[in-house]
Amino acid sequence: MKAPFPFSAIVGQDEMKTALILTAIDPTIGGVLVFGDRGTGKSTAVRGLAALLPPIQVVEGCPFNCADGSENCPHCAGRTPASLVEKPTPVIDLPLGATEDRVAGALDIERALTKGEKAFEPGLLAEAHRGFLYIDEVNLLEDHLVDLLLDASASGENAVERDGLSIRHDARFVLVGSGNPEEGDLRPQLLDRFGLSVEVRSPSEIEERIEVVRRRDAFDTKPKKFLSDWAPEDAKLRERIDAARRRLAKVKASDAILKDCARLCIELGADGLRGELTLLRAMRALAAFEGKRSPNRAALKRLAPSALRHRLRRDPLDEAGSTVRVNRAVEEVLSP
Amino acid sequence: MTDTGPDNGVAEAAHWSRALAALSVFCVDPSGLGGVWIRSPVGPVRDAWCHRLAAILPDGAPRRITPMIDDAALFGGLDLAATLAKGRPVRTRGLVDNKADTRTLLLAMAERTSPGLAARLAGAIDGDNTLAVVALDEGIERDERLPASLRDRLAFHIDLTDVPPKAADDVTPVPTRNEIVTARRRLKQVDTAADDLEALTRLAAALAVPGLRAPYLALRAARAHAALFGRTALEADDLQIAADLVLAPRLTALPESEMEEETSPPEPDSPPPDPEPNQDPEIDEDESDRLTEQRLPEEILLQAIAASLPPGLLDRLRAAAGRSRSANQSGAGRKRLGTMRGRRLPSRRSNRPAMRPIDVVETLKAAAPWQAVRRRLAPESEAPVLFHRDDIRLKRFQEQSARLVIFVVDASGSTALTRLAEAKGAIELLLSEAYSRRDQIALVAFRGTGAQVLLPPTGALVQAKRRLSALPGGGATPLAAGLKAAFALAETAAARGTTPSLAILTDGKANIRIDGTPDRPGASNDAKELGRLIRAYNIPSMVIDTAVRPQAPASELAREMGAHYLPLPQGRADALTDAVDATLRRPA
Repeated sequence: MKAPFPFSAIVGQDEMKTALILTAIDPTIGGVLVFGDRGTGKSTAVRGLAALLPPIQVVEGCPFNCADGSENCPHCAGRTPASLVEKPTPVIDLPLGATEDRVAGALDIERALTKGEKAFEPGLLAEAHRGFLYIDEVNLLEDHLVDLLLDASASGENAVERDGLSIRHDARFVLVGSGNPEEGDLRPQLLDRFGLSVEVRSPSEIEERIEVVRRRDAFDTKPKKFLSDWAPEDAKLRERIDAARRRLAKVKASDAILKDCARLCIELGADGLRGELTLLRAMRALAAFEGKRSPNRAALKRLAPSALRHRLRRDPLDEAGSTVRVNRAVEEVLSP
Repeated sequence: MTDTGPDNGVAEAAHWSRALAALSVFCVDPSGLGGVWIRSPVGPVRDAWCHRLAAILPDGAPRRITPMIDDAALFGGLDLAATLAKGRPVRTRGLVDNKADTRTLLLAMAERTSPGLAARLAGAIDGDNTLAVVALDEGIERDERLPASLRDRLAFHIDLTDVPPKAADDVTPVPTRNEIVTARRRLKQVDTAADDLEALTRLAAALAVPGLRAPYLALRAARAHAALFGRTALEADDLQIAADLVLAPRLTALPESEMEEETSPPEPDSPPPDPEPNQDPEIDEDESDRLTEQRLPEEILLQAIAASLPPGLLDRLRAAAGRSRSANQSGAGRKRLGTMRGRRLPSRRSNRPAMRPIDVVETLKAAAPWQAVRRRLAPESEAPVLFHRDDIRLKRFQEQSARLVIFVVDASGSTALTRLAEAKGAIELLLSEAYSRRDQIALVAFRGTGAQVLLPPTGALVQAKRRLSALPGGGATPLAAGLKAAFALAETAAARGTTPSLAILTDGKANIRIDGTPDRPGASNDAKELGRLIRAYNIPSMVIDTAVRPQAPASELAREMGAHYLPLPQGRADALTDAVDATLRRPA
């Protein structure tokens, strides 16, 4: 597998990049949905993100990415605690054609056949625990897989009751999806699971387009040079994300901005409180990223569309005019 | 070249020589170019192309796969038989996992590719540097084709449909395998001037080629072409060929803004515009300000492209813009969703295995954990696997046939004057119902002299609404034509395993016969004839009477069709949805 295209070398697409960085800073924001045209760097950005994530500590040999060998882990429970090792934050691809077995895990047929043991083979949900789960063409995902994901992401654990197995393990992951809205809609329940949603399109500026093609070409023809050219940028970004993570706990939102958030959500009639919470978390992550002590109204204005546009109670026939609606509401709320 | 026939013969021979050019360039850099998408029925022309590919591809003949291939064969998996025999896990190597060298997969029946497989192949092309896919697409319908996610990653799109077998006989020289090998070695040394890169990107933008993958693939094609001709720097010729082979076929969309304009007043009978003179103004409008500054390279390229565009392309574009541009892209995806296949349920043990097919893998899985124990209990047994009755698992499926609701809308003058707006409102309501049930929808409208499929079966509701609101009213009532179009859609859908149903909104006052001639009694008979046909095929349907007062024609039609009849309620939309729901749920 060749090295992914460096995240910092992606031209433009600021909304998408910001959203991904914010979830890297605070995974509780709950994932990113990237909708837009083909060939605009959606999957490139997600794959590049892996390089920016800080490593995680896991129990050595634990396939469930378990942090402390707790009793909840099917692997670690009842064993003498193994040492902790560092490994990169997982960014796992969930391919469209995946079977339920592959996603949730199933009887380890290999061990069953060769050793006569009834063992559990962890699936993608286990692999993605404490990391990212990426679904390209998420709007084409089959319904029963969507159900599985909804259940896992709502409960934070994956339960398998099949093949005579009864296993549950933690599965907390950040869901990242991308797709092309022209090809079909996403079920509202799944839509709601994404913290932020961004829209990408091909850059309209010709210079920007040329730069995209130029960098892509450099990456493919002289990959080593390109990667080493961009490594410092990626390192810088990784450090900023690291610093922001440390700073995050100290970022406090003022009462005034909390009130703005609440008013905005009421104004928009956004369903539930998830939108408000996400917006707030995203604003705090942005403040941490920019080295500020508390989020301001500029951040609200910048992030409101990403956090709220997919949560508006909408007529499914409504054009994708929700961005406009959010922006209008922001103007209204922020005007004195 | 050898064809000395009339004009169109020349054009078709040109198709063939382009296909050969694509073939040669592809062989120089298969993985970099991603592959070739060939639209063509099975036949000598396609065979000739494939033979030449196998003859000159230095990596050996391509591996043939079909969309029915399972993941284990593609990506590797556990070899059950060998594992059992050897008593240790034996893995098969998948075609994609085999990283040894460049491989080209020949994907036959590519139009049957599921979105899942397409996405995984696309991921494999993105992910490693050694895979290329030649997709042989035998699709006939416009929306029956390789999913866009994979199509987009294949540099060359060629259409051999119209190439006469004679053209393929000709002995246009293609490079030999040795020449390809030499070109491959040279490829690394081919330099790209910044200008060339810019030119191709600008050109792609000017031609409204969506996304940025195309100009990049064009650049790679230009380099491969240069390498093939022994150059280490790009020349105008390389760029032209690249633009011609990679960008021109992707010119399937007019710029977004223009598409909107086209959509609102559909003019099916406007005189066919001459492609070439039309091409230039179009681009000039879009790009005039930018092109004036850097006139040179792009303009030459544009001219080259304009000259090589197949005649009638622009007409087709206009028609597509008015009808089904993006819905087409969607069709391939949505339609093949899992609902068609029936969801596999966990297998169950049973005491009467003869009744249903046995799930071999699940049965093996069930038996596997006990092998060690059973072996100890029955050491004399020769059987490689010891089964007990309890192990046997049967296959169970949950068939969830997808539904397709075809809306047939009367947009004629008689309706337009009275209740077209209300009918539109009713449809929107039904559409949102369909959305919540995840049904597919299609939209047929008829007015003037004929019917038009405004929206082929799709799950994308936004499209449906856009098409609907742009639907103008007025003209005569070719009811039979509308029913015929709807029936054709229903038949195709049924053949694909979806359950179609019809919702027809009309006042039933037909006055145009199926052949387009005005004749009120004849038209009425034609409509009834088709109604009986629909009944014979047992397609659940309903007629919603849009006349101001419920009248005889529509209810008669309903009777002929065996359809549910319902006068469009005045201002009571919820009653309508209830009624539609009841009809559609009726067992066919």
